[in-house]
Amino acid sequence: MSLTQLPLAEQFVLTLAALILFTSFLLLAQSRIVSLIHTFAWQGALLFIATCLMAVTSGRHHLFISAFMTLALKVFFIPWQLRRLVVRLDIRREVETVGNASLVMIGGGALVLFSYYVVQPIRELSFLATRNTIAISLAVILIGMLMIITRRKAVAQVIGFMSMENGLFFAAVVATYGMPMVVELGVAFDVLVAAILFGIFFFQLRSGIGSLDVDHLNRLHEVDR
Amino acid sequence: MKGWLLALVQTGLLAFGAPFLAGWVKWIKCRLQSRQGPPPWQPYRDLLRLFGKEAVVAETASPIFRVAPYVVFSVTALACSVVPMVAIGLPTAAIADVIVLVGFFALGRFFLALAGMDVGTPFGGMGSSREMTIASLAEPAMLLGVFTLAMTVRSTNLASMIGYLIEQPFQLYPSFVFAAMGLVLVAVAETGRIPVDNPATHLELTMVHEAMILEYSGRHLALMEWGAMLKLMIYSVLLCNLFLPWGVAVDFAPLSLLIGLGAITLKLLLLGTALAVAETGLAKMRLFRVPQYLGLAFILCLLGMLSHVILEVN
Repeated sequence: MSLTQLPLAEQFVLTLAALILFTSFLLLAQSRIVSLIHTFAWQGALLFIATCLMAVTSGRHHLFISAFMTLALKVFFIPWQLRRLVVRLDIRREVETVGNASLVMIGGGALVLFSYYVVQPIRELSFLATRNTIAISLAVILIGMLMIITRRKAVAQVIGFMSMENGLFFAAVVATYGMPMVVELGVAFDVLVAAILFGIFFFQLRSGIGSLDVDHLNRLHEVDR
Repeated sequence: MKGWLLALVQTGLLAFGAPFLAGWVKWIKCRLQSRQGPPPWQPYRDLLRLFGKEAVVAETASPIFRVAPYVVFSVTALACSVVPMVAIGLPTAAIADVIVLVGFFALGRFFLALAGMDVGTPFGGMGSSREMTIASLAEPAMLLGVFTLAMTVRSTNLASMIGYLIEQPFQLYPSFVFAAMGLVLVAVAETGRIPVDNPATHLELTMVHEAMILEYSGRHLALMEWGAMLKLMIYSVLLCNLFLPWGVAVDFAPLSLLIGLGAITLKLLLLGTALAVAETGLAKMRLFRVPQYLGLAFILCLLGMLSHVILEVN
């Protein structure tokens, strides 16, 4: 089904999907930690709007619960928590240079194309008008992974992990009108616990190796420095 | 016959409206900085004054230096004739498409850079090398953005692009959102506006366009300045008419032409205001960050193309 035959609300969902992909690229390129957290919050906000729209157009009102869970957790709580950690660890002003940024961006573009081809047979299984966005959500997941690979600082890697979860959630919403409620609640709870655990993990990492740069973990030391 | 006459009038409108747009942006900018500012028609006075002055040419200058202003201006004026401003379906629109338009700009830029290097002053050469660096990064992004549009409307001709968009009922194309963002970034870089180049300064650390035309005076300088204003005008009209095509006249009836003229004037004034607000809020970037900025433009246009393929087809 081509775009021109869709109602305006679903065209808007597609546009939101494209914007979510764009925030993924922004996450990939962003070098300041505080802006990284803000971009992550914006991605969550776009996800919230997309979920609300899907809930309205499909008439499945349980999606509103997921939407507001997204709003509470991914737009407000987790960014707030991460920001607080960053302030307490005093790394607000730290700038992380992404190694060869343009190459990473081109890699991101290649991942989008790759996920498009991978998803093509899967897409036939869904009958929703918005099923084209499965490729986008797979791309968001893969770009989150790329971010974990290319970044060195632990906070950036955590945000990459969270944005992978955003991609999964988006795939569930646009392709199948959301997961069963139990699963969704479980995942949301997991993410919440992860966000808190990561905080503890940051402090452990810092007291262990004196930095949040996980490259230091590669070096073995017999004696304490 | 009527079509050719209209095409001539439209080209004239673009050419003579360009200084007003530049003056308008400057006036709004001054207002935002709580200065009184010169009136929007000040560029006309400046151009008239420059045309009346004697052109002083350096002893070391070759004929290229004398020819370049005429080439730059006439190529840009020729580009004006293929841009649909008030009406589509003019006979000149059939001559050239958007790729030729990019080619026109490249030709003008080539002569501008040659003229900058011709006299042999260090500033000219520096400006030329900076201009070519920026252009070599901006051009692929611009072409990619234009191709994104062309894939949706199935034509690279500007008039038929706009015509297709007017005919369709309102659609929200994801790819257009990206192409618009990317092309705005490219347009800012190509017309030498603030995050990339500052048109209002003669500070050697930052200038790009000013450095190239530093040796010019009199009518040569007037033509160069006017050419730069025309370029800003063409990019603004393109952005307005491609992404907000409503109001452009599809036939040659007087009423629809009048509506077209009113619509484009309103759109240009709004775009000029937006540009002035952006220029007031932003600081000039370091030159070494320009590739990053244009890389963002390229990624935006690439995403536009990908989202067309993924989301809009089939």
